[in-house]
Amino acid sequence: MNIGTRKILDRSFTAVGIGSIVVMALALMIVVVPIVYNGIGAVFFTGTVEHRKMLHAEFKRGDSQNLDSEVASTDRYRAKVYDMLTGFEAELETMAPEKKTEYTAKYAQVQSALRALLGPLPGDPEPMLTRFKYGQTRWEKAEEKLHDLLYESKWDNSNSSVMSKEFFVSRAISFEGTSLARLFPYVKENLENMLHPEFTFYWGFITDSSVDSHFFGGIWPEIQGTFFLAIGAMLFAFPLGVVAAVYFTEYAKPGFLNSMLRSANSTLAGVPSIVFGMFGLAFFINTMKVSESKSVIAGALTLAIMILPTIIRAAEEAILAVPKTYREASLSLGSSKWNTIATVILPAALPGILTGGVISLGRAAGETAPIIFTAAVSVGSAIGLADVFSSPTPALSWNIYNLASEHEAAAQLRHVQYGMVLALVTIVLLLNLSAIVLRARISKKLKC
Amino acid sequence: MLMTTDMRKTSESVPGQKSTREIYLPPQRSTITGGGNAHIAAKEFSIYYGEFEAVKKVSADILSKYVTAIIGPSGCGKSTFLRAINRMNDLIPSCHTTGALLFDGEDIYGKFTDEVLLRKKVGMVFQKPNPFPKSIFDNIAYGPRLHGVNDKKKLMEIVERSLRKAAIWDEVCDRLDKNALGLSGGQQQRLCVARTLAVEPEVLLLDEPTSALDPKATAKIEDLIQDLRGSYTIMIVTHNMQQASRVSDSTMFFYEGILVEQAPTAQLFTNPKDSITEDYITGRFS
Ligand SMILES: Nc1ncnc2c1ncn2[C@@H]1O[C@H](COP(=O)(O)OP(=O)(O)OP(=O)(O)O)[C@@H](O)[C@H]1O
Ligand SMILES: [Mg+2]
Repeated sequence: MNIGTRKILDRSFTAVGIGSIVVMALALMIVVVPIVYNGIGAVFFTGTVEHRKMLHAEFKRGDSQNLDSEVASTDRYRAKVYDMLTGFEAELETMAPEKKTEYTAKYAQVQSALRALLGPLPGDPEPMLTRFKYGQTRWEKAEEKLHDLLYESKWDNSNSSVMSKEFFVSRAISFEGTSLARLFPYVKENLENMLHPEFTFYWGFITDSSVDSHFFGGIWPEIQGTFFLAIGAMLFAFPLGVVAAVYFTEYAKPGFLNSMLRSANSTLAGVPSIVFGMFGLAFFINTMKVSESKSVIAGALTLAIMILPTIIRAAEEAILAVPKTYREASLSLGSSKWNTIATVILPAALPGILTGGVISLGRAAGETAPIIFTAAVSVGSAIGLADVFSSPTPALSWNIYNLASEHEAAAQLRHVQYGMVLALVTIVLLLNLSAIVLRARISKKLKC
Repeated sequence: MLMTTDMRKTSESVPGQKSTREIYLPPQRSTITGGGNAHIAAKEFSIYYGEFEAVKKVSADILSKYVTAIIGPSGCGKSTFLRAINRMNDLIPSCHTTGALLFDGEDIYGKFTDEVLLRKKVGMVFQKPNPFPKSIFDNIAYGPRLHGVNDKKKLMEIVERSLRKAAIWDEVCDRLDKNALGLSGGQQQRLCVARTLAVEPEVLLLDEPTSALDPKATAKIEDLIQDLRGSYTIMIVTHNMQQASRVSDSTMFFYEGILVEQAPTAQLFTNPKDSITEDYITGRFS
């Protein structure tokens, strides 16, 4: 090959390499940027007085004097709204029966839109569910609800060959001629006065329990559950995996059984995680009865079984990569095999073993399927360390899925979902980062 | 040169018997007391890598507290023979032996031999330096700690003594806590010598200990061997004839796995029995 072709080849390889890295980085950006942007919105947002009311009532947080004066001021603006309602209710009574029926239905819509925006109306019975006790806590949601109040959404079914189309009718127009027509411009004008939007740093999103299945409050139970499950899984799988790897590499006699075991291990690493979930239910809960029903311990054990093959494989590779000369040196000094493994081989293999551990830890934190049947509940409070043997726990991975697909108000709680996703990504990242730092420090000690 | 006894005769004699063995010693070196026993004895000893016979039916006595040099062309089985003495070849699954190799009259490859104990008594410095990826201090202290020394002060003493003996103390005394892999190749080799000395073995196996060293460090190692002579049984593999003649009392010449000749060093170099030996030591070897 002449020098020209060689150079061209070199350059094109470099170009392809850079290209693939750029593509990867872009793909990562496309995933990560919205997660970060929306997730941060769960903690930093424009909150309304309703948010502060909620914090005070549910978490006893915030200055009650400030809040009282704030509530007093917003109530002054709201009072006019409620006055208009009472006025209109009186007017309804005077209407002709036909008209009355028409407006009663329309009025009910207005009432519920107002409830969604500002919370219960005066005279409403105390709501059972916390979600109905407050108006919109977030300003951007309040604006959506304002739109719901101002416009009635209707569906255009006239053309049966295409999908129905949504269109909006202004309520100010449909109530034209009644006393309620004034309400709509008034609310539009004075919404800020009624809700007091303010920049809010809701750190409690990380440390609070959820209130009324994630309508309010934070995600601490999920975060804690994720930690319990992932670390619990590691506690079982890491020592077991390292011991198994030592056995495979140092003690097992090469032969049929050994190669069977190894290929079984490799196969296990590729088994879909839902299978481990079913196995966990069948084995740990139904057969072994480690707990009555779902529990953290059952979930941690299931996750441990799932990540075990990866840990074993990584540890095996790491141990095999330790130079033979270290072993020779140790043995020649009169060290026993076991002592050589403990004092020379494992320390030298530790960075590699840790890498496997980290990958597995991230996987344990992020997997949903293995914990569905064994450990996860959709709503729950943070459990104590003593309860891990008996109680299930919410966990980020499962609750993200649950909130996005099974929750009755999934569409309203996007910010919580993104917050959870960001929390999960951050946890995995932090775990990885700490292990990378640990690994680097050990490697540095091993080199010079 | 006083005596010229045929090597092959003595290798058949029972180890541990003093008898005629004194005669191997060049007269100027016979000052060592208690020396002259066969510390290690090979009897029809062969080493195989699978089917391949790397060392062929070697019979030889290695005298206690003397320096024995092993010379021979590359690939002739020097390292293989040396590594057999502290059972380092156990690490190679395909490797097996026939015949007998005795250490203090006991079969090294006997069923009941404790190879860990054996290796404590038979220390080895390998052809390639192999320090642990630990601090210099921990490298030297590894052996003593293994054998129960945990007192910090005592360890420090041992470390200093061993490093001084291996002529590397001055170079590393101010960085004992630094990683040993940061040392140069020659320094690493001397560190390995020190590490082996720290265990205080009875036998020291040196596989080309100076092949990576500059003349100054080589001289230091050779001085060290001179110092240790009389207290340790030393076997040294070397490609350097001058070195062999400088430091050893007895020399073994291997060729294609066969022990061609073993004789007192001065005799082997001045008056070799075998023509192959002569060719090799005079450099007429192809
Ligand atoms: N692990 C092994 N497996 C198979 N054959 C081996 C192994 N180690 C060495 N041999 C073979 O055994 C013979 C002797 O090797 P040995 O390492 O003892 O040579 P040597 O005399 O030490 O050479 P050098 O002077 O180059 O170090 C060589 O032919 C070599 O190829
Ligand atoms: Mg060699």
